[in-house]
Amino acid sequence: MRHIRLIPRLDIKGPNLIKGVHLEGLRVVGDPHGYAVRYYEQGADELLFMDAVASLYGRNQLSHIIERAVQHVFVPITVGGGIRSLDDARQVLRAGADKIAINTAAIARPELVSELAQHLGAQCVVVSIEAKEQSPGHWEAYTDNGRERSGRDVVAWAQQAVALGAGELLITSVDREGTRRGFDVALLAAVAAAVNVPVIASGGMGQPAHALAAAQAGVDAVAAADLLHYQRCSVADIKQALSSGGMAVRKV
Amino acid sequence: MTQVTVVDYGAGNLLSVVRALSHVGAEVRVTQRAEDIAAADRLVLPGVGAFADCMQALRQLSLVEPLRAYLMADRPYLGICVGMQVLFEVGEEYGEHEGLGIMAGRVVRIPPQDGRGQSLKIPHIGWSPLCPARGQDWAETPLAPLAGDMPRDVYFVHSYMAQPSHGDDCLAEVQYHGLSICAAVRRGQVYGVQFHPEKSGASGLSILKNFIAGVP
Repeated sequence: MRHIRLIPRLDIKGPNLIKGVHLEGLRVVGDPHGYAVRYYEQGADELLFMDAVASLYGRNQLSHIIERAVQHVFVPITVGGGIRSLDDARQVLRAGADKIAINTAAIARPELVSELAQHLGAQCVVVSIEAKEQSPGHWEAYTDNGRERSGRDVVAWAQQAVALGAGELLITSVDREGTRRGFDVALLAAVAAAVNVPVIASGGMGQPAHALAAAQAGVDAVAAADLLHYQRCSVADIKQALSSGGMAVRKV
Repeated sequence: MTQVTVVDYGAGNLLSVVRALSHVGAEVRVTQRAEDIAAADRLVLPGVGAFADCMQALRQLSLVEPLRAYLMADRPYLGICVGMQVLFEVGEEYGEHEGLGIMAGRVVRIPPQDGRGQSLKIPHIGWSPLCPARGQDWAETPLAPLAGDMPRDVYFVHSYMAQPSHGDDCLAEVQYHGLSICAAVRRGQVYGVQFHPEKSGASGLSILKNFIAGVP
C-alpha cells in the first residue's frame, strides 16, 4: 500500500494567512498561527508555509511566524518564498523549518539546488515548480508566484532539478490553484513518472476526493489550502477519502 | 526534572530536538564538551545529513572517545537518525567511514528496488508504522507507548539504512514497500532511532518522554 501525506499549505502575506486564485487576488484569511496549530492537532502530516510576496521584496519574511509555530507544532515544516542563497536557507532553517522550497532562484541559477543539497542534504531541498499548461500534455514552469514565464518545460525541469539534488518536488498547477476544480492530474502523472523522488501535489483541491485522484496519479503527498482554511472539511475527512480509496495514511 | 544532555556538533535538527525534549518536561543542557558527556544522566545525539559529516564533526570536537566511553559503559543514550547510524562500525555514505562501532554492522544506501522489483523513491520520506523486530518486546523500552494506545506511525526521512550484524540489536522495523528497514536499535540502555521522534507528533513526543522518564 502506498503512503500518502497530507500537507496543509499556508500562503502568507505579511502577518496574514491569505488565499488567492491562480496565486493572485490574494484575500486575507486570518492569523496563520492558529491555523497551523489546529492543523497539527487535527493530524496534518507536515505543514507548508509559503511567503506569497517574498519574490516581490526579494526576501522571506516568515521567520517570526515559524519561530512561533515550532513551539507547538511537532511535525515537519517546509518554508518557501524568496530564498535565494545558502544563507537565506540557513536563516529559515534556524527559525525552525525542516525543509526549504525554492522556485524563482533555482530557475535563475540551477546550481543553487546543488549547493543547497550539498550543504544541507537533499532531504532538506524541495524544488517548487509552478506549472501552466501550454497545450495538452505540455506545461511551462513559471516563477514569481505564477507571474513570469521561464521558457522551461515542467517535466524536463523536474528531471534536471532532481539530477541537481532536489529531495522532493512541489508541483503547483497555476491553472487550478484556488479554483477548487481538482488537481491537474495529467501534470502530476507526467512529473511523478519522470522522477524518482517524492512529489507533492498542489493547486486545485476542492473536495476530499480530489486528494485520492492525485494519489492515483502517482504523487506521494497532497497539499490542501482553502478547503481547510474555510473549514469546508477537516484533515480527517481528506485522510478518510484517501484511506477508503486504498491509500495508507498516518493514523492519529 | 530529568536532565538531558544534547550533543551539539552542528546537526540541523538540534533545536527541534531540544524543543521537543523541553516540551515533554526535560531540563535540556546543550553541549560540545567531553566532560559534560562524561557527566550526563541521559545523552541525546541528534542528526540529519551525512554519516561522514557527523563523524568528522565529532572528531573535530574531540568527542569520539568520550562518546565511546559513555556508550561502552551502557549509559542511557538516544541517537536520532544519523545519531543512530554512527553507533555502527561503518557508514557507506560518500565513501567508507568508520563509526563509533558500538554495534556490529554497516549503514548502506537504500537499494533502488525492493525484493519484488518495485522501485523505491530515495530519500524515503514520510510516515510509516513501526513494527517490533522479530522476538522483540517494546514493553520496557522508550517505544512502549506505541505498543499500547499511541499510533505507531512515525516520520522518516533518510537515504541510508542500518544493517545490524546481530539481529538482536534491531528493536523495530519499518516496511518500505517490500523492503524491511531497521527503524530502531537497542543494546542495554543504548537506543537509536532512524525516524525523527521530534517531528513525529504525539507518538514521537511520547517516545522522548519515555526515554527521559528512564523506562524501565
